[in-house]
Amino acid sequence: MRTISVSEITENIKEMCIEANHFLSEDMQDRLKTATKEEKSPLGKQILCQLEENLVIAKADMIPICQDTGMAVIFMEIGQDVHFEGGSLEDAVNEGVRQGYVEGFLRKSVVGDPLIRENTKDNTPAIIHYEIVTGNQVKITVAPKGFGSENMSRVFMLKPADGAEGVKQAILTAVKEAGPNACPPMVVGVGVGGTFEKCALLAKKALTRPVNESSDIPWVREMEKEMLEKINHLGIGPGGLGGTTTAFAVNINTYPTHIAGLPVAVNICCHVNRHAVRVI
Amino acid sequence: MDRYVNVPINKEELRSLEAGDYVYISGTIYTARDAAHKRMYDSLRNGENLPIVMENNVIYYMGPSPAREGRPIGSAGPTTSNRMDKYAPELLDLGLGGMIGKGKRSKEVLDAIVRNGAVYFAAVGGAGALLSRSIVSSEVVAYDDLGTEAIRKLQVENFPAIVVVDSKGNNLYETAIKEYAKED
Repeated sequence: MRTISVSEITENIKEMCIEANHFLSEDMQDRLKTATKEEKSPLGKQILCQLEENLVIAKADMIPICQDTGMAVIFMEIGQDVHFEGGSLEDAVNEGVRQGYVEGFLRKSVVGDPLIRENTKDNTPAIIHYEIVTGNQVKITVAPKGFGSENMSRVFMLKPADGAEGVKQAILTAVKEAGPNACPPMVVGVGVGGTFEKCALLAKKALTRPVNESSDIPWVREMEKEMLEKINHLGIGPGGLGGTTTAFAVNINTYPTHIAGLPVAVNICCHVNRHAVRVI
Repeated sequence: MDRYVNVPINKEELRSLEAGDYVYISGTIYTARDAAHKRMYDSLRNGENLPIVMENNVIYYMGPSPAREGRPIGSAGPTTSNRMDKYAPELLDLGLGGMIGKGKRSKEVLDAIVRNGAVYFAAVGGAGALLSRSIVSSEVVAYDDLGTEAIRKLQVENFPAIVVVDSKGNNLYETAIKEYAKED
Protein backbone atom coordinates (compact mmCIF):
# COMPACT_ATOMS: atom_id res chain seq x y z
CA MET A 1 0.00 0.00 0.00
CA ARG A 2 1.29 3.45 -0.94
CA THR A 3 -0.22 6.61 0.45
CA ILE A 4 -0.49 9.69 -1.76
CA SER A 5 -1.76 13.03 -0.55
CA VAL A 6 -4.49 14.48 -2.74
CA SER A 7 -2.72 17.84 -2.57
CA GLU A 8 0.01 16.28 -4.70
CA ILE A 9 -2.65 15.46 -7.32
CA THR A 10 -3.93 19.06 -7.23
CA GLU A 11 -0.45 20.50 -7.72
CA ASN A 12 0.35 18.21 -10.65
CA ILE A 13 -2.95 18.80 -12.41
CA LYS A 14 -2.58 22.56 -12.04
CA GLU A 15 0.86 22.44 -13.69
CA MET A 16 -0.29 20.02 -16.38
CA CYS A 17 -3.24 22.23 -17.42
CA ILE A 18 -0.83 25.12 -17.95
CA GLU A 19 1.79 22.95 -19.66
CA ALA A 20 -0.65 21.26 -22.08
CA ASN A 21 -2.12 24.59 -23.20
CA HIS A 22 1.25 26.20 -23.96
CA PHE A 23 3.52 23.42 -25.23
CA LEU A 24 2.55 20.81 -27.79
CA SER A 25 4.06 17.31 -27.46
CA GLU A 26 7.15 16.42 -29.53
CA ASP A 27 5.30 13.93 -31.73
CA MET A 28 2.74 16.57 -32.76
CA GLN A 29 5.47 19.15 -33.44
CA ASP A 30 7.43 16.70 -35.58
CA ARG A 31 4.36 15.74 -37.57
CA LEU A 32 3.58 19.42 -38.22
CA LYS A 33 7.13 20.05 -39.45
CA THR A 34 6.97 17.11 -41.86
CA ALA A 35 3.58 18.24 -43.15
CA THR A 36 4.86 21.77 -43.79
CA LYS A 37 7.59 20.31 -46.02
CA GLU A 38 5.25 17.96 -47.87
CA GLU A 39 2.11 20.12 -48.34
CA LYS A 40 1.38 20.72 -52.04
CA SER A 41 -0.92 23.75 -51.77
CA PRO A 42 0.97 27.08 -51.47
CA LEU A 43 -1.76 28.52 -49.21
CA GLY A 44 -1.80 25.28 -47.21
CA LYS A 45 1.97 25.51 -46.74
CA GLN A 46 1.65 29.12 -45.63
CA ILE A 47 -0.97 28.13 -43.03
CA LEU A 48 1.20 25.28 -41.72
CA CYS A 49 4.13 27.71 -41.40
CA GLN A 50 1.86 29.99 -39.36
CA LEU A 51 0.94 27.09 -37.12
CA GLU A 52 4.62 26.37 -36.52
CA GLU A 53 5.22 30.04 -35.75
CA ASN A 54 2.18 29.99 -33.46
CA LEU A 55 3.77 27.23 -31.37
CA VAL A 56 6.99 29.21 -31.04
CA ILE A 57 5.12 32.35 -29.90
CA ALA A 58 2.94 30.38 -27.47
CA LYS A 59 5.99 28.94 -25.78
CA ALA A 60 8.11 32.09 -25.75
CA ASP A 61 5.40 34.52 -24.65
CA MET A 62 3.33 32.08 -22.55
CA ILE A 63 0.17 32.69 -24.59
CA PRO A 64 -2.08 29.64 -24.99
CA ILE A 65 -1.59 27.90 -28.36
CA CYS A 66 -5.33 28.29 -28.95
CA GLN A 67 -7.76 30.62 -27.16
CA ASP A 68 -10.08 27.64 -26.69
CA THR A 69 -8.15 26.14 -23.83
CA GLY A 70 -10.83 23.50 -23.73
CA MET A 71 -12.76 21.51 -21.22
CA ALA A 72 -10.22 19.65 -19.09
CA VAL A 73 -10.49 15.95 -19.91
CA ILE A 74 -8.50 13.95 -17.38
CA PHE A 75 -7.63 10.27 -17.41
CA MET A 76 -6.64 8.91 -13.99
CA GLU A 77 -5.10 5.45 -14.11
CA ILE A 78 -4.88 4.54 -10.46
CA GLY A 79 -2.88 1.61 -9.13
CA GLN A 80 -5.00 -0.59 -6.87
CA ASP A 81 -2.33 -0.43 -4.15
CA VAL A 82 -2.67 3.34 -3.81
CA HIS A 83 -4.45 4.96 -0.91
CA PHE A 84 -5.33 8.66 -1.13
CA GLU A 85 -5.37 10.82 1.97
CA GLY A 86 -6.22 14.42 2.75
CA GLY A 87 -9.72 14.69 1.26
CA SER A 88 -11.76 13.82 -1.79
CA LEU A 89 -9.79 12.85 -4.90
CA GLU A 90 -12.47 14.29 -7.17
CA ASP A 91 -12.34 17.65 -5.36
CA ALA A 92 -8.54 17.61 -5.58
CA VAL A 93 -8.63 17.06 -9.35
CA ASN A 94 -11.12 19.89 -9.83
CA GLU A 95 -9.08 22.15 -7.56
CA GLY A 96 -6.04 21.50 -9.79
CA VAL A 97 -8.08 22.49 -12.85
CA ARG A 98 -9.40 25.59 -11.09
CA GLN A 99 -5.92 26.74 -10.05
CA GLY A 100 -4.41 25.93 -13.45
CA TYR A 101 -7.05 27.83 -15.41
CA VAL A 102 -7.20 30.84 -13.09
CA GLU A 103 -3.47 31.24 -12.38
CA GLY A 104 -2.39 30.20 -15.89
CA PHE A 105 -4.47 32.84 -17.73
CA LEU A 106 -6.43 30.10 -19.49
CA ARG A 107 -9.92 30.70 -20.85
CA LYS A 108 -12.86 29.60 -18.74
CA SER A 109 -15.13 27.84 -21.20
CA VAL A 110 -17.41 25.77 -18.98
CA VAL A 111 -21.08 26.52 -18.30
CA GLY A 112 -22.63 24.98 -15.20
CA ASP A 113 -25.92 23.94 -16.72
CA PRO A 114 -26.18 22.99 -20.39
CA LEU A 115 -29.35 25.04 -20.93
CA ILE A 116 -29.12 27.85 -18.37
CA ARG A 117 -25.51 28.35 -19.57
CA GLU A 118 -23.90 30.38 -16.80
CA ASN A 119 -20.12 30.27 -16.92
CA THR A 120 -18.60 28.59 -13.84
CA LYS A 121 -15.71 31.10 -14.15
CA ASP A 122 -12.96 28.61 -13.24
CA ASN A 123 -13.35 25.97 -15.98
CA THR A 124 -14.58 23.34 -13.54
CA PRO A 125 -15.83 20.73 -13.41
CA ALA A 126 -13.37 18.60 -15.34
CA ILE A 127 -14.38 15.49 -17.25
CA ILE A 128 -12.64 12.75 -15.25
CA HIS A 129 -12.22 9.14 -16.36
CA TYR A 130 -10.97 6.77 -13.65
CA GLU A 131 -9.38 3.44 -14.37
CA ILE A 132 -8.15 1.04 -11.70
CA VAL A 133 -4.97 -0.76 -12.76
CA THR A 134 -2.41 -2.92 -10.99
CA GLY A 135 0.52 -1.39 -9.09
CA ASN A 136 1.05 1.51 -6.73
CA GLN A 137 1.40 4.43 -9.14
CA VAL A 138 -0.98 7.01 -10.58
CA LYS A 139 -0.77 7.93 -14.25
CA ILE A 140 -2.45 11.24 -15.01
CA THR A 141 -3.23 12.43 -18.54
CA VAL A 142 -4.57 15.97 -18.91
CA ALA A 143 -6.07 16.52 -22.36
CA PRO A 144 -7.78 19.92 -22.72
CA LYS A 145 -10.36 19.49 -25.49
CA GLY A 146 -11.54 22.35 -27.68
CA PHE A 147 -15.09 22.26 -28.96
CA GLY A 148 -14.59 23.33 -32.59
CA SER A 149 -13.54 19.77 -33.27
CA GLU A 150 -15.52 18.15 -30.43
CA ASN A 151 -18.74 19.41 -32.03
CA MET A 152 -17.87 17.54 -35.24
CA SER A 153 -17.43 14.17 -33.51
CA ARG A 154 -19.88 11.33 -34.13
CA VAL A 155 -21.11 7.99 -32.82
CA PHE A 156 -22.43 5.42 -35.31
CA MET A 157 -24.26 2.30 -34.11
CA LEU A 158 -23.43 0.08 -37.11
CA LYS A 159 -24.67 -3.43 -37.79
CA PRO A 160 -22.24 -6.37 -37.73
CA ALA A 161 -22.95 -6.82 -41.46
CA ASP A 162 -21.55 -3.34 -42.14
CA GLY A 163 -18.08 -4.73 -41.30
CA ALA A 164 -14.79 -3.02 -42.04
CA GLU A 165 -16.28 -1.07 -44.96
CA GLY A 166 -18.91 0.38 -42.64
CA VAL A 167 -16.24 1.47 -40.16
CA LYS A 168 -14.22 3.16 -42.92
CA GLN A 169 -17.31 4.93 -44.27
CA ALA A 170 -18.18 6.18 -40.77
CA ILE A 171 -14.69 7.67 -40.37
CA LEU A 172 -14.82 9.36 -43.78
CA THR A 173 -18.33 10.69 -43.19
CA ALA A 174 -17.29 12.32 -39.91
CA VAL A 175 -14.14 13.85 -41.39
CA LYS A 176 -15.94 15.18 -44.49
CA GLU A 177 -18.65 16.78 -42.39
CA ALA A 178 -16.05 18.27 -40.07
CA GLY A 179 -14.12 19.85 -42.96
CA PRO A 180 -12.89 23.36 -42.15
CA ASN A 181 -14.92 23.59 -38.90
CA ALA A 182 -12.60 21.27 -36.98
CA CYS A 183 -9.39 23.24 -37.67
CA PRO A 184 -7.58 20.74 -39.91
CA PRO A 185 -5.01 19.20 -40.01
CA MET A 186 -6.89 16.98 -37.57
CA VAL A 187 -6.06 13.99 -35.45
CA VAL A 188 -8.82 11.41 -35.80
CA GLY A 189 -9.50 9.25 -32.75
CA VAL A 190 -11.65 6.21 -33.46
CA GLY A 191 -13.26 3.70 -31.10
CA VAL A 192 -14.59 0.44 -32.54
CA GLY A 193 -16.57 -2.02 -30.42
CA GLY A 194 -17.78 -2.00 -26.82
CA THR A 195 -21.09 -0.28 -26.11
CA PHE A 196 -22.49 3.16 -26.96
CA GLU A 197 -20.45 4.94 -24.27
CA LYS A 198 -17.42 2.63 -24.37
CA CYS A 199 -16.66 3.33 -28.04
CA ALA A 200 -16.78 7.08 -27.39
CA LEU A 201 -14.30 6.67 -24.55
CA LEU A 202 -12.05 4.49 -26.74
CA ALA A 203 -12.06 7.22 -29.37
CA LYS A 204 -11.21 9.91 -26.83
CA LYS A 205 -8.36 7.86 -25.43
CA ALA A 206 -7.08 7.13 -28.95
CA LEU A 207 -6.40 10.87 -29.28
CA THR A 208 -3.87 10.66 -26.44
CA ARG A 209 -1.77 8.07 -28.27
CA PRO A 210 1.30 9.69 -29.91
CA VAL A 211 0.69 10.37 -33.61
CA ASN A 212 3.82 8.42 -34.58
CA GLU A 213 2.65 5.21 -32.91
CA SER A 214 0.44 2.64 -34.64
CA SER A 215 -1.85 0.01 -33.16
CA ASP A 216 -0.38 -3.39 -32.18
CA ILE A 217 -3.22 -5.21 -33.94
CA PRO A 218 -2.36 -5.92 -37.61
CA TRP A 219 -5.80 -5.18 -39.16
CA VAL A 220 -6.14 -2.01 -37.07
CA ARG A 221 -2.69 -0.81 -38.10
CA GLU A 222 -3.60 -1.38 -41.76
CA MET A 223 -6.88 0.49 -41.38
CA GLU A 224 -5.17 3.44 -39.64
CA LYS A 225 -2.75 3.72 -42.53
CA GLU A 226 -5.39 3.34 -45.25
CA MET A 227 -7.75 5.86 -43.63
CA LEU A 228 -5.01 8.46 -43.17
CA GLU A 229 -4.24 8.21 -46.86
CA LYS A 230 -7.91 8.40 -47.87
CA ILE A 231 -8.52 11.40 -45.60
CA ASN A 232 -5.54 13.22 -47.03
CA HIS A 233 -6.96 12.60 -50.51
CA LEU A 234 -10.16 14.47 -49.61
CA GLY A 235 -8.47 17.77 -50.46
CA ILE A 236 -9.75 19.59 -47.34
CA GLY A 237 -6.23 20.72 -46.40
CA PRO A 238 -4.87 23.08 -43.71
CA GLY A 239 -7.62 25.39 -42.43
CA GLY A 240 -10.00 23.63 -44.85
CA LEU A 241 -8.69 25.89 -47.60
CA GLY A 242 -7.51 23.06 -49.84
CA GLY A 243 -4.43 20.89 -49.72
CA THR A 244 -2.88 17.50 -49.15
CA THR A 245 -2.63 17.61 -45.34
CA THR A 246 -6.08 17.06 -43.83
CA ALA A 247 -5.08 14.75 -40.97
CA PHE A 248 -1.88 14.05 -39.06
CA ALA A 249 -2.96 10.64 -37.85
CA VAL A 250 -5.83 8.21 -37.48
CA ASN A 251 -5.62 6.38 -34.14
CA ILE A 252 -8.03 3.47 -33.72
CA ASN A 253 -8.72 1.65 -30.43
CA THR A 254 -10.88 -1.46 -30.27
CA TYR A 255 -12.76 -3.49 -27.64
CA PRO A 256 -14.92 -6.63 -27.64
CA THR A 257 -18.58 -6.00 -28.42
CA HIS A 258 -22.03 -7.65 -28.47
CA ILE A 259 -23.08 -10.24 -31.10
CA ALA A 260 -25.68 -7.78 -32.37
CA GLY A 261 -23.59 -4.64 -32.66
CA LEU A 262 -20.69 -2.72 -34.15
CA PRO A 263 -20.46 0.67 -32.38
CA VAL A 264 -18.06 3.18 -33.93
CA ALA A 265 -17.12 6.56 -32.47
CA VAL A 266 -15.10 9.18 -34.30
CA ASN A 267 -13.66 11.83 -32.00
CA ILE A 268 -12.06 14.57 -34.01
CA CYS A 269 -9.32 16.78 -32.64
CA CYS A 270 -7.80 19.83 -34.27
CA HIS A 271 -4.06 20.26 -34.91
CA VAL A 272 -3.75 21.44 -31.30
CA ASN A 273 -4.03 17.90 -29.96
CA ARG A 274 -2.97 18.63 -26.39
CA HIS A 275 -2.04 16.20 -23.68
CA ALA A 276 0.32 16.23 -20.74
CA VAL A 277 1.19 12.95 -19.07
CA ARG A 278 2.76 12.31 -15.66
CA VAL A 279 3.28 9.23 -13.52
CA ILE A 280 3.28 9.77 -9.79
CA MET B 1 -3.76 38.23 -54.23
CA ASP B 2 -2.44 40.03 -51.16
CA ARG B 3 -4.65 42.94 -50.13
CA TYR B 4 -4.47 45.52 -47.38
CA VAL B 5 -7.88 46.60 -46.11
CA ASN B 6 -9.00 49.19 -43.61
CA VAL B 7 -12.04 48.65 -41.42
CA PRO B 8 -14.77 49.88 -41.11
CA ILE B 9 -15.12 49.08 -44.81
CA ASN B 10 -17.75 50.28 -47.28
CA LYS B 11 -19.67 48.18 -49.79
CA GLU B 12 -17.64 49.35 -52.76
CA GLU B 13 -14.39 48.17 -51.19
CA LEU B 14 -16.01 44.93 -50.08
CA ARG B 15 -17.05 44.26 -53.67
CA SER B 16 -13.42 44.53 -54.79
CA LEU B 17 -12.40 41.59 -52.58
CA GLU B 18 -12.39 38.15 -54.15
CA ALA B 19 -12.55 34.65 -52.69
CA GLY B 20 -8.97 33.48 -52.21
CA ASP B 21 -7.51 36.95 -51.52
CA TYR B 22 -5.11 37.01 -48.61
CA VAL B 23 -5.94 40.16 -46.64
CA TYR B 24 -4.25 42.15 -43.92
CA ILE B 25 -6.93 43.97 -41.94
CA SER B 26 -6.22 47.20 -40.04
CA GLY B 27 -8.57 49.40 -38.03
CA THR B 28 -11.44 48.70 -35.64
CA ILE B 29 -13.33 45.42 -35.42
CA TYR B 30 -15.73 43.98 -32.84
CA THR B 31 -15.79 40.55 -31.23
CA ALA B 32 -19.02 38.64 -30.63
CA ARG B 33 -19.73 34.95 -30.30
CA ASP B 34 -22.61 32.72 -29.20
CA ALA B 35 -23.90 34.47 -26.08
CA ALA B 36 -23.44 38.03 -27.42
CA HIS B 37 -25.26 37.11 -30.64
CA LYS B 38 -28.15 35.66 -28.66
CA ARG B 39 -28.44 38.89 -26.64
CA MET B 40 -28.34 41.05 -29.76
CA TYR B 41 -31.01 38.84 -31.32
CA ASP B 42 -33.20 39.18 -28.23
CA SER B 43 -32.68 42.97 -28.23
CA LEU B 44 -33.90 43.20 -31.80
CA ARG B 45 -36.97 41.09 -30.91
CA ASN B 46 -37.70 43.58 -28.09
CA GLY B 47 -37.28 46.58 -30.37
CA GLU B 48 -34.13 47.74 -28.56
CA ASN B 49 -30.98 49.23 -30.09
CA LEU B 50 -27.91 47.07 -30.57
CA PRO B 51 -24.84 47.96 -28.47
CA ILE B 52 -22.73 48.35 -31.63
CA VAL B 53 -23.41 49.73 -35.08
CA MET B 54 -23.56 47.08 -37.81
CA GLU B 55 -23.14 49.26 -40.89
CA ASN B 56 -19.72 48.82 -42.55
CA ASN B 57 -18.37 47.06 -39.50
CA VAL B 58 -16.69 43.70 -39.17
CA ILE B 59 -17.48 41.16 -36.43
CA TYR B 60 -14.78 38.72 -35.35
CA TYR B 61 -16.16 35.46 -33.93
CA MET B 62 -13.72 35.18 -31.08
CA GLY B 63 -13.57 34.81 -27.30
CA PRO B 64 -10.01 35.45 -26.05
CA SER B 65 -8.11 33.86 -23.20
CA PRO B 66 -7.31 36.36 -20.41
CA ALA B 67 -4.52 38.88 -21.05
CA ARG B 68 -1.34 38.66 -19.01
CA GLU B 69 -0.20 41.88 -17.42
CA GLY B 70 1.02 44.46 -19.92
CA ARG B 71 -0.60 42.75 -22.90
CA PRO B 72 -3.76 43.89 -24.72
CA ILE B 73 -5.24 40.39 -25.01
CA GLY B 74 -4.53 36.69 -24.58
CA SER B 75 -4.77 34.02 -27.24
CA ALA B 76 -7.21 35.27 -29.87
CA GLY B 77 -8.05 32.93 -32.73
CA PRO B 78 -11.40 32.44 -34.49
CA THR B 79 -14.21 30.20 -33.26
CA THR B 80 -16.44 28.09 -35.54
CA SER B 81 -18.80 30.43 -37.38
CA ASN B 82 -21.77 28.15 -38.00
CA ARG B 83 -23.03 28.58 -34.45
CA MET B 84 -23.75 32.20 -35.35
CA ASP B 85 -25.64 31.25 -38.54
CA LYS B 86 -29.02 31.64 -36.89
CA TYR B 87 -28.26 35.29 -36.11
CA ALA B 88 -25.98 36.46 -38.93
CA PRO B 89 -28.51 37.08 -41.77
CA GLU B 90 -30.37 39.71 -39.74
CA LEU B 91 -27.13 41.50 -38.85
CA LEU B 92 -26.04 41.41 -42.50
CA ASP B 93 -29.38 42.94 -43.48
CA LEU B 94 -28.62 45.73 -40.99
CA GLY B 95 -25.45 46.52 -42.92
CA LEU B 96 -22.78 44.33 -41.29
CA GLY B 97 -19.89 44.43 -43.75
CA GLY B 98 -17.94 41.36 -42.85
CA MET B 99 -17.46 38.46 -40.48
CA ILE B 100 -14.20 36.79 -39.48
CA GLY B 101 -14.39 33.20 -38.28
CA LYS B 102 -13.69 29.71 -39.49
CA GLY B 103 -15.73 26.95 -41.10
CA LYS B 104 -18.72 26.52 -43.33
CA ARG B 105 -21.82 28.77 -43.32
CA SER B 106 -25.48 27.96 -43.90
CA LYS B 107 -27.28 28.70 -47.14
CA GLU B 108 -29.22 31.46 -45.36
CA VAL B 109 -25.95 33.22 -44.43
CA LEU B 110 -24.48 32.75 -47.92
CA ASP B 111 -27.64 34.24 -49.44
CA ALA B 112 -27.51 37.19 -47.03
CA ILE B 113 -23.85 37.79 -47.92
CA VAL B 114 -24.71 38.08 -51.63
CA ARG B 115 -27.92 40.04 -51.00
CA ASN B 116 -25.98 42.65 -49.01
CA GLY B 117 -22.62 42.59 -50.79
CA ALA B 118 -20.80 41.48 -47.64
CA VAL B 119 -17.72 39.28 -47.17
CA TYR B 120 -16.88 36.25 -45.01
CA PHE B 121 -13.25 36.00 -43.95
CA ALA B 122 -11.48 33.06 -42.31
CA ALA B 123 -8.61 33.46 -39.91
CA VAL B 124 -6.41 30.45 -39.21
CA GLY B 125 -8.09 28.37 -36.50
CA GLY B 126 -5.83 27.33 -33.66
CA ALA B 127 -3.29 30.08 -34.26
CA GLY B 128 -4.47 32.24 -31.36
CA ALA B 129 -1.01 33.15 -30.07
CA LEU B 130 0.13 34.32 -33.52
CA LEU B 131 -3.09 36.24 -34.22
CA SER B 132 -2.91 38.02 -30.85
CA ARG B 133 0.17 39.84 -32.14
CA SER B 134 -1.97 41.75 -34.66
CA ILE B 135 -4.27 43.05 -31.94
CA VAL B 136 -3.08 46.39 -30.60
CA SER B 137 -5.80 47.09 -28.06
CA SER B 138 -8.95 45.56 -26.67
CA GLU B 139 -11.79 47.13 -24.75
CA VAL B 140 -15.07 45.58 -23.57
CA VAL B 141 -17.91 47.71 -24.95
CA ALA B 142 -20.96 45.58 -24.05
CA TYR B 143 -22.14 42.55 -22.06
CA ASP B 144 -19.19 42.65 -19.65
CA ASP B 145 -20.86 39.97 -17.51
CA LEU B 146 -20.35 37.45 -20.33
CA GLY B 147 -16.61 37.28 -19.62
CA THR B 148 -14.79 35.93 -22.67
CA GLU B 149 -18.07 36.22 -24.62
CA ALA B 150 -18.45 39.99 -24.05
CA ILE B 151 -18.41 42.33 -27.05
CA ARG B 152 -14.92 43.78 -27.41
CA LYS B 153 -13.73 46.63 -29.60
CA LEU B 154 -10.35 45.66 -31.04
CA GLN B 155 -7.77 47.79 -32.78
CA VAL B 156 -5.99 45.55 -35.25
CA GLU B 157 -2.95 46.06 -37.40
CA ASN B 158 -2.35 43.84 -40.41
CA PHE B 159 -4.54 41.10 -39.01
CA PRO B 160 -4.12 38.18 -41.45
CA ALA B 161 -7.24 36.59 -42.95
CA ILE B 162 -8.44 34.96 -46.14
CA VAL B 163 -11.53 35.88 -48.15
CA VAL B 164 -13.57 32.65 -48.14
CA VAL B 165 -16.91 33.94 -49.45
CA ASP B 166 -16.88 37.12 -51.51
CA SER B 167 -19.76 39.50 -52.22
CA LYS B 168 -20.67 37.53 -55.36
CA GLY B 169 -20.97 34.30 -53.42
CA ASN B 170 -17.78 32.60 -54.63
CA ASN B 171 -16.81 30.12 -51.93
CA LEU B 172 -13.17 29.14 -51.46
CA TYR B 173 -14.07 26.21 -49.18
CA GLU B 174 -15.81 24.58 -52.16
CA THR B 175 -13.40 25.44 -54.95
CA ALA B 176 -10.08 24.86 -53.15
CA ILE B 177 -11.06 21.44 -51.82
CA LYS B 178 -12.00 20.25 -55.33
CA GLU B 179 -8.61 21.33 -56.58
CA TYR B 180 -6.75 19.00 -54.21
CA ALA B 181 -9.24 16.11 -53.96
CA LYS B 182 -8.01 12.81 -55.38
CA GLU B 183 -10.26 9.92 -56.35
CA ASP B 184 -9.21 6.71 -54.62
